[in-house]
Amino acid sequence: MLVEISGLTVSFPARQGRHVAVRDVSMTLGTEKLGIVGESGSGKSLTARALLRLLPPAAEATAKALRFDGIDVLAASEKQMGQIRGRRAGLILQDPKFSLNPIMTAGDQIAEAWRNRRKGSRREAREAAIDLLAQVQIRDPRRVADAYPHELSGGMGQRVMIAMMLAPDPELLIADEPTSALDASVQAEILKLMEDLVSRRNMGLMLISHDLPLVGHFCDRVAVMYAGRVVEELAASELAKAQHPYTRALLDCMPSLTHPRPRLPVMVRDPAWLA
Amino acid sequence: MSTPANSMIVVDDLRVRFADFDAVRGVSFRVPAGGSFGIVGESGSGKSTVMRALAGLNTVWDGYLEVAGRPLGRGPSPDLFRLVQMVFQDPYGSLHPRQTVDRALSEPLLIQGLGDIDRRIRRILDDVALPATARYRYPHQLSGGQRQRVAIARALISEPSVLLLDEPTSALDVSVQAEILNLLADLREEHGLTYLMVSHNLAVVAHLCPTVGVMSNGEMVEILSAEDLRAGRTQSPQTTRLRALSTELG
Repeated sequence: MLVEISGLTVSFPARQGRHVAVRDVSMTLGTEKLGIVGESGSGKSLTARALLRLLPPAAEATAKALRFDGIDVLAASEKQMGQIRGRRAGLILQDPKFSLNPIMTAGDQIAEAWRNRRKGSRREAREAAIDLLAQVQIRDPRRVADAYPHELSGGMGQRVMIAMMLAPDPELLIADEPTSALDASVQAEILKLMEDLVSRRNMGLMLISHDLPLVGHFCDRVAVMYAGRVVEELAASELAKAQHPYTRALLDCMPSLTHPRPRLPVMVRDPAWLA
Repeated sequence: MSTPANSMIVVDDLRVRFADFDAVRGVSFRVPAGGSFGIVGESGSGKSTVMRALAGLNTVWDGYLEVAGRPLGRGPSPDLFRLVQMVFQDPYGSLHPRQTVDRALSEPLLIQGLGDIDRRIRRILDDVALPATARYRYPHQLSGGQRQRVAIARALISEPSVLLLDEPTSALDVSVQAEILNLLADLREEHGLTYLMVSHNLAVVAHLCPTVGVMSNGEMVEILSAEDLRAGRTQSPQTTRLRALSTELG
């Protein structure tokens, strides 16, 4: 199993006691596409960050098991984590504007990521970078390799980010709202691209999103989080038949293009969902 | 040009050029008083530029713009702000972080020279279903949905006729989006407002607006009813494509 999370709890110091943001979360991930959905504050991003030990300094994480390819993440040395982050596991964030280095060309950033895990000359690294840019469907990879992030559109920037994360040939890709800052048409292209690359390279994908239909469309399995817990886990194809009242309410309160309603149902949060 | 008396917004052959880029190339549409018109399109299609010209945020345009029978000049005017108010995508970015809700709501009243500030603030908070206690809070002490309610309250407090809604729910969770869309529908009815809404989400636009304009590459390639959009009775390939993307993921 690529990822094993069992009984993960993440808490922060609060005025009184501790605020528990992730509560007893368990999930596993192999070479498949797992979607984690939930609203803001549900703990979905913290769960993924805990796996890479990228939590804010004030956070405290405990777990029965938190393993990446058998490595105990909570006990690993900083050096061991350095071997995982950006090499064996890549993280793609929402806005490429903030995750790319603004004063380095796209090609140099990808080449640097490539040399992180592989030995090779600068020239080989550059050729690899151009090849990766072509793999993420950039039409003119040589020109884009010489471009700085501000010269790229949002969709291009996100492709560069994906190319950079793929450069060290990782086993796991964690994508945290990777397309929320992009247009619907670009969004579909980027997801299709990630889907393709993940299955071609036999990787695991953890797709974190607030967008239930989108996750249902692109993932194999979906874990629905609410208030720090996984309330339901199901095959993506079964999403329309979700059982948990929170998942049902999430699906129900979205306006639909094909099934108009004069008024949208408002979610009534049942305290029982917290139990 | 002659304008039917019942058009609240008239946009005729609007053109906006930035340096050597034609952002809007001759867009025309009208919105009847009390009606709602949605503009959809990809980013860079010019939809926000049309809205910003109407809001007086863009001073360089050609063509004819009219709100409530008054032709608009180029640039901001206090008269215009009385009539037209705008709600932005990100309530966190559009509210001053060091101003309380009370201050954010008083400011437009002071600028417009409107009296009776205390009563107006209490009433508008009630209108947008915020508790009276929210009045002395700062934006960071509110949830995203509450912040968007404050932004809507601030837009409405000077009693405009037109609300310009620029992606008003796309930064919000879907459960909060439902509440805000219901609120906007209620306010439209209670205050007889006219809406112009820009969004990339076809389902959201069709929910609130009976008429939808589709923009692509600076042009309005099609104006159709929400019903036709829902049913897939589209004319232009751009509309067909946008709709296909939206239903594919929906």
